[in-house]
Amino acid sequence: MAIEDSQPVRPARRRLVEILLGGGMFASVVSFVYPVLRYLSPPAVPDLGEDEVVAGKVGELKPNGSKVFRFGSRPALLLLTAEGEYHCVSAVCTHLGCTVQYRGDMLEIWCACHNGTYGLDGRNVSGPPPRPLEAFQVNVRGSEIVITRKRGA
Amino acid sequence: MQIITHVRSWVDARFDWAKLTEPLRHKTVPIHRLSYWYFLGGITLFLFGIQVSTGLLLLLYYRPSANEAFESVQYIMTRVQFGWLIRSIHSWAANLMIFTAFLHMFSVLFLRAYRKPRELTWVSGMILLFLVLGFGFSGYLLPWNTLAFFATKVGTEITGQVPVIGHTLMVLMRGGEEVTGATLTRFFGVHVAVLPGLTAFLIVIHLALVQKFGMSLPPGVEATAKVSPAVVRQMKFLPNFLLREVMAWYVALGVLGALAAWLPWELGTKSDPFGAAPAGIRPEWYFMFMFQSLKLIPSKIWGIDGELVGILTFGLAGAVWVLLPFLEGNREKRGGTLVRGAGVFALCYIVAMTIYGYMAK
Amino acid sequence: MATWQNSWVRGFVLLAAALCAWSTGIRAQTANTCLECHSALDPPLQVTEAQFTQDIHAQKGLTCASCHGGDPTKADMDAMSKGAGFRGKIERSQIPALCGRCHGDAILMKQYNPGLRTDQFSQYQTSVHGKLLAKGDTKVAVCIDCHGVHDLRPVRDSRSKVYPLNIAQTCSRCHADAAYMKSYGIPTDQFAKYSRSVHHEAMVARGDLSAPTCTTCHGNHGAAPPGVDSVKNVCSNCHVFQAQMYDKSPHKMVFQSAGLPGCVVCHSNHEITHPTDARLGTGPEGVCMQCHLPGDNCDVARANMLAGLTQLDESIKNADRLLGVAESSGMEVSEARLQQDQARDSLTKARVTIHSFQPPLVNQDIQAGLKIAAKDLQAGKDALSERDYRRRGLGVAVCFIFITLVGLFLYIRQIERSPARG
Repeated sequence: MAIEDSQPVRPARRRLVEILLGGGMFASVVSFVYPVLRYLSPPAVPDLGEDEVVAGKVGELKPNGSKVFRFGSRPALLLLTAEGEYHCVSAVCTHLGCTVQYRGDMLEIWCACHNGTYGLDGRNVSGPPPRPLEAFQVNVRGSEIVITRKRGA
Repeated sequence: MQIITHVRSWVDARFDWAKLTEPLRHKTVPIHRLSYWYFLGGITLFLFGIQVSTGLLLLLYYRPSANEAFESVQYIMTRVQFGWLIRSIHSWAANLMIFTAFLHMFSVLFLRAYRKPRELTWVSGMILLFLVLGFGFSGYLLPWNTLAFFATKVGTEITGQVPVIGHTLMVLMRGGEEVTGATLTRFFGVHVAVLPGLTAFLIVIHLALVQKFGMSLPPGVEATAKVSPAVVRQMKFLPNFLLREVMAWYVALGVLGALAAWLPWELGTKSDPFGAAPAGIRPEWYFMFMFQSLKLIPSKIWGIDGELVGILTFGLAGAVWVLLPFLEGNREKRGGTLVRGAGVFALCYIVAMTIYGYMAK
Repeated sequence: MATWQNSWVRGFVLLAAALCAWSTGIRAQTANTCLECHSALDPPLQVTEAQFTQDIHAQKGLTCASCHGGDPTKADMDAMSKGAGFRGKIERSQIPALCGRCHGDAILMKQYNPGLRTDQFSQYQTSVHGKLLAKGDTKVAVCIDCHGVHDLRPVRDSRSKVYPLNIAQTCSRCHADAAYMKSYGIPTDQFAKYSRSVHHEAMVARGDLSAPTCTTCHGNHGAAPPGVDSVKNVCSNCHVFQAQMYDKSPHKMVFQSAGLPGCVVCHSNHEITHPTDARLGTGPEGVCMQCHLPGDNCDVARANMLAGLTQLDESIKNADRLLGVAESSGMEVSEARLQQDQARDSLTKARVTIHSFQPPLVNQDIQAGLKIAAKDLQAGKDALSERDYRRRGLGVAVCFIFITLVGLFLYIRQIERSPARG
């Protein structure tokens, strides 16, 4: 059992084991702790984007202008009227799902696919669309335009 | 090393550390050809530790409401740095833990470690097994995807079939008549607070009992040891056995990491409560054998509703299983064969039914 | 009469009279002795209670007498006397005028439904049906053929024969009947063709009430085929962009001067099937080469546009495929998937711009789509390289774990070998 190894080898051997064990443990622990630390720091986009999203900055849209942005997993349309009012509705046409656009010349939301039109509040006005577009709440928070789903009954 | 000695003497001077750790330092583990089975308990405990830590991390980003649950898991998987790793590890370790828990239970059964004086260790262990299954069932719903939603629906519906208390149980579980956001919140509370509390408590009891009674010897080894004691040698728990356990744990970590990177846990699609159930709905593998059994039972057995018979049978089997040590009685030889027979039957049945369940689609 | 002496007969008549009086009393406001007798008769004289209660006119308080004259309060044949103004069965040639007497009276109709139009009769007179009827042809459709007569339902009632989903069926009752239509010399395959069309599918499969049916293009009361020059105008009511593009194209002038019916030349009138890119090709589905010569300017333009569409389609499919691989490896690419929708929108737009038959215009849309698809393809590639990065990171961690395991193993051996610590 207790075979005496020659003295010079054992300390070297011991050193090797110590290095392997200590080094390995240290390295592996670092490889566990590092992802955890990165995990803890909040990502660049702090929110999920399903219930609330920043659609843009104040001043980004010109009067009678619009933009399409992503809200949750669907596109949404933000428009600014000439009078300075913001409106935001879902950009998915309720007829066959094409992406609608704001027509500054018609002052209406229009779908290019089959000539469906909606009012600025999403109400289906003419053409094939059978249902209004879902309307969202617009709030200005500082310099950000924040879109949220309408709450309540 | 010097620092460790320094800290140790600091603690010792105040808390008599040496006295506290005395029993642990004297603890030995018998080494024989079946010793490898002793690792299973420790691995299960280690995996539980992994679950607690990854679970805690997930808690920082998860949102338990029907509106946001799915999106929050999606967020963890895609936006949070290493979120994919934490989440996949949590899901895989859960399955691994249930597997090792079952394996641990069966190994204890076949090695007859439940015999006097370890009956309560067995009982506390069985309760822990049920708690672990509860963790699996409650945790599965939390991502609020289609598979989870319908699996929960079916699972709670089956619970509702239990006579007398079934409906009440189902409503209690669901937080209402149907599976809704209320169910999600309820399952969340159970998963992160109720079950962890109970489990921690029972683990302490279980470990205390293991510590009190020491490691049991399987009957074969015991008999041989009576004749030639050299067959069994004792290994010190600290540090020898523990170091080996740590090796096993490291292997488990490596396996978990590999699984997370090569077979990441899927997200699925967000559940639509009013949508139709997708074809091939089935529970997770650890419930599959019960599910498949219920599917095979004819609709009526001697006039009683088939599903009811199935549920009652499993309930009875569970009760018998918990009380196994007491049922074996004093006739050790005869009882032992009976229990072993039952164990083999149960193991084969579970494995066969699980495989069948997956193949029969 | 001797029968009157018979107490049985007397009793019976008294009983009958009493019953009539009693039922008259119940239906005092809309007393309808007509219905009592006619519900018991056989067709074609039969009008049942069940039928008539469904009738919109009956629900609004009109009675049989409103059209047929007579007196519905009188029992027996007095109800149908000349004195009571009974007109009997209305002649087919008189029906439109009869309906028009009320439905063309704006002041009268305002009492019932101010929103209803009152020009149906005047429209009818401009229609092919109306003109032929005026010449004495009673085979053509009159009001009751389409609207029903004694169980006439409003148009918005889904059981009405002129509910949008039912219109094509109603028209086909005559127009698909070859024997019936023999003398008119027009085809009778319209319904069969329409049933294969995209519009029919929209109606029947998707229940899209806004999809065009016979009356959308032909008009309902003023039913007549749109003139050859006005076909494009009719289609452009929904297909706005296509019409605008077509106006920019050389086809507009050419088709007009050749008396060709615009959109119908390539798309057919009734059998409007879902167009595919193959229409721009040279195969059996290709429409261009039916007029154009191989090698001429237009053939070149055609090939150019087809190549552009094919390129974009392939590009989108490639990106989709790669994103699919990324997804099944567990990477999340929902943003790119959303962008793919935009790329597909560009492809749709390009297919609309085809109608200008000007490759530079089509190319604009193609390029926009290609840019998006290329970005999405890149997103897929990035996802896969991220996946590979993760696997490499894991490999590194596994190395450390392995080193630790070796270290542990050696350490255990070391401490167990040494007698001092064993």
